[in-house]
Amino acid sequence: MNPVSLLVFDALLLLSIVGLAWASLATTDIRRGVILFMAFGLVLAVAWGRLLAPDVALAEAAIGAGLSGALLLAAAHTQPRPLPPESTNTPRNHGAVGVVLRWAVTLLCTALAGTLAWALLHVFSSTPHDMLPGAISANLAASGVSNPVTAVLLNFRAYDTLLELAVLLTAVLGIFTLGQANPGYQPAGPVFDGLVRWLVPVLILTAGYLLWVGAHAPGGAFQAGAMLAAAGVVLRLAGRTRIGLPEGFMLRLVMAAGVGLFLLVGLTLLILGRPFLGYPQAWAGTLILMIETAAMLSIAATLVLAFLGGRPEATGVKAAANRQCEEIPRC
Amino acid sequence: MLTTQVLYALAGCVIVALGLRGALLHASLLQRIVAINVMGAGVFLLLIAVAYRGPGLAPDPVPHALVLTGIVVAVSATALALALARRLHAEQGDD
Amino acid sequence: MINILSAILILAGVFFYLAGSIGLLRLPDLYSRLHALTKADNLGLGLLIAGLALHSQDLLIMLKLLLIWLAVLAASATSAHLIARQARRQEKVS
Repeated sequence: MNPVSLLVFDALLLLSIVGLAWASLATTDIRRGVILFMAFGLVLAVAWGRLLAPDVALAEAAIGAGLSGALLLAAAHTQPRPLPPESTNTPRNHGAVGVVLRWAVTLLCTALAGTLAWALLHVFSSTPHDMLPGAISANLAASGVSNPVTAVLLNFRAYDTLLELAVLLTAVLGIFTLGQANPGYQPAGPVFDGLVRWLVPVLILTAGYLLWVGAHAPGGAFQAGAMLAAAGVVLRLAGRTRIGLPEGFMLRLVMAAGVGLFLLVGLTLLILGRPFLGYPQAWAGTLILMIETAAMLSIAATLVLAFLGGRPEATGVKAAANRQCEEIPRC
Repeated sequence: MLTTQVLYALAGCVIVALGLRGALLHASLLQRIVAINVMGAGVFLLLIAVAYRGPGLAPDPVPHALVLTGIVVAVSATALALALARRLHAEQGDD
Repeated sequence: MINILSAILILAGVFFYLAGSIGLLRLPDLYSRLHALTKADNLGLGLLIAGLALHSQDLLIMLKLLLIWLAVLAASATSAHLIARQARRQEKVS
């Protein structure tokens, strides 16, 4: 492609991204800020595509813009509107001290950006050390998958992914301890219900496809889990009581499945004399698919629980009778 | 030194600074959470710009994996922060 | 020849996006803005996708692009309906 036109495209894209970030933080209305943040996430996904990072683009669009935005928007709705003047981005300290503090913080942040930029230009001016990418492409055939990002995530650095799933689980356990789930939404009208009827099966199908295709093309467990979580969130927004989450013991099992299967595979390999999570070459593809399936279900369940915002209410007949949803218009 | 890399990395630095400033100066808890997410997005931009090798060449997959992990960790941290904010709001009546 | 045709389609799509954005900025109230945005943007997306499908000349990619257009069509129509309905309810209350 013509390098000048690519440069113009890059400049416009980066201007939009920085502009959206600024606008999202400079506005006083929180809802507008959150919606601008969602737009920022989506344009950022285009930037990932431009920088040849399609896996990251899929994850950013689904998780970074979609789910984060849904979480923040649901939280922003509990704020009163219009905001009382103390809660806007006016400084907590007023008067001269406040102004000096703001300028000091702005200067410090600018200095931070300058230091980062200086360090990066230093890095860029030297030739890249390609030992790690070289090692990855040399060992890719033995890793069981042909997508290098999936190979890094689930084979070469599988330990990091295990810890990441543990972080996700810990966050949801923390959310559980903080209270009950948010009240549900009203049952959807015919238009939204009609959309949900065909959208949720398509989302589930796409999630399965992304899981399978992650071995040789952009995709993988995280993107697939995010699609399933999106299906659950859409069902929740449409006012359904059953959103695909299992209950009771099964829910705990699904939540722990990602970390659990990882640990099981790792310890079994340890017992068999291999290093922890060091897959034998013949079994690598199968093991990775198994672990990715468990991780997908686990990620989907934890992200839906994160959107619910607390311990989910039971959906049995007795619980439905106890629910005080009739008068509250939002429920 | 690729122009594309430099441009995206500089934009990443600017976004990190914007996010940090927002996180320190906003009074509302929710706006600070948004600012921290913006800061995280700036860091991801930095990492992916460093991983880019040129128009036809395969990029470095390790920063891609790091950013993928980072996105998921960021959303779980945001969810926990929002639950904490909701509980704080319920207990105290303000931020 | 194919390239020229796809370029024309993409430019037409971009023109409709521009029209929708101008409508978003200039029209007086929520409903007319929603109307302009949804209709113009979906048509713009359709022309854009037609141009891209022509350019790619691969049946599988064309089908995937068509699916994307249909999904966006349904989602944006539903969200426009939901926003308009909520605005109507808030008007009735206040």
